[in-house]
Amino acid sequence: MHELAITQNIVEICEANAAGRKVRTVHVEIGELSGVVPEAVDFCFEACSRETSLHGARLRIDRVPARARCRTCAAESAIRSYHDPCSACGAYQLDILSGEELRVKQLEVE
Amino acid sequence: MCTDCGCGPAPHHHGHGHGAEDSARTVAIETDILSKNDRLARGNRALFAKQGVFVLNLVSSPGSGKTSILERSLRDLRDVHHFAVVEGDQQTDNDAARIAATGVPVKQVNTGAGCHLDAHMVGHAVEHFDLSSLDILLIENVGNLVCPASFDLGEHHKVVVLSVTEGEDKPLKYPSMFHHADLMLLNKVDLLPHVDFDVERCKAFARQVNPAIRILEVSSKSGQGMEAWYAWLGRAAGKRSGGRGPSL
Repeated sequence: MHELAITQNIVEICEANAAGRKVRTVHVEIGELSGVVPEAVDFCFEACSRETSLHGARLRIDRVPARARCRTCAAESAIRSYHDPCSACGAYQLDILSGEELRVKQLEVE
Repeated sequence: MCTDCGCGPAPHHHGHGHGAEDSARTVAIETDILSKNDRLARGNRALFAKQGVFVLNLVSSPGSGKTSILERSLRDLRDVHHFAVVEGDQQTDNDAARIAATGVPVKQVNTGAGCHLDAHMVGHAVEHFDLSSLDILLIENVGNLVCPASFDLGEHHKVVVLSVTEGEDKPLKYPSMFHHADLMLLNKVDLLPHVDFDVERCKAFARQVNPAIRILEVSSKSGQGMEAWYAWLGRAAGKRSGGRGPSL
């Protein structure tokens, strides 16, 4: 359940940036390869934001699809896991291009 | 004056309202959620580099034999390298007591409800050691194949331990951990005659997730394969430089 620690970090980053203003919306990105379950972050958010300037704020989570480039044929593929092969040639030596993101994008404050 | 763009009060149309009901403002953040941990991990890494300590982060599911591997390694190598160990567990200091019995300095970290060690905990744990006198610091993470993958501790390498009493498809089930590890120790190979575990299939799964991973077959009980692990450890520790991991 590292989503609890992840969510505490989200709240900490937002609090620092909100500088006392009430937060209405938090926008985060979670990559498909990040190993973090968005539903669990959503579940933790209410408890972690209680008694902070984020209390009652809406959490918007965007999933970032995973993409990789093949070291053999240089084709770019959509992948779902680290063990997916290149969709063009079937090789497993891939460089991850996206999908590992864990980022607070922006806040809406009053 | 509008604080978004500095324009005057006259009506205008460029995408933001000025009414009380529209007073919400957007603050761009673009900050990694784990940036605090990553910053602390960089601090740990710099400290280890300065003190010349080679650091491994051992990860696995519970019961794969991490502590047994450490015990045997420390007994066999304590006259070759100066070691210290950080033991991560949710509760108890049982593992620290086992390490202490080898005569190697150890610091137990209890994470309570936490399912992983983070860079902050490790930073404080190593305050208990005289780092300048150490060659190798071994960090035994909480037994968990999911959460510790996300938290950099400042180590040179993650070493994942998998035992042959587990499923051979664990690298596929927990790909993030195997993807981020540089070495896999396949433990309890002395039990292979008694279990249905296809070693080659397991290795193929691990390489599917991480083509560069090194794999060594070991048994902390019989000692089989341990010399190869000691050789890897000695080579990797000997090559450390400037906080960067050695090439494998």
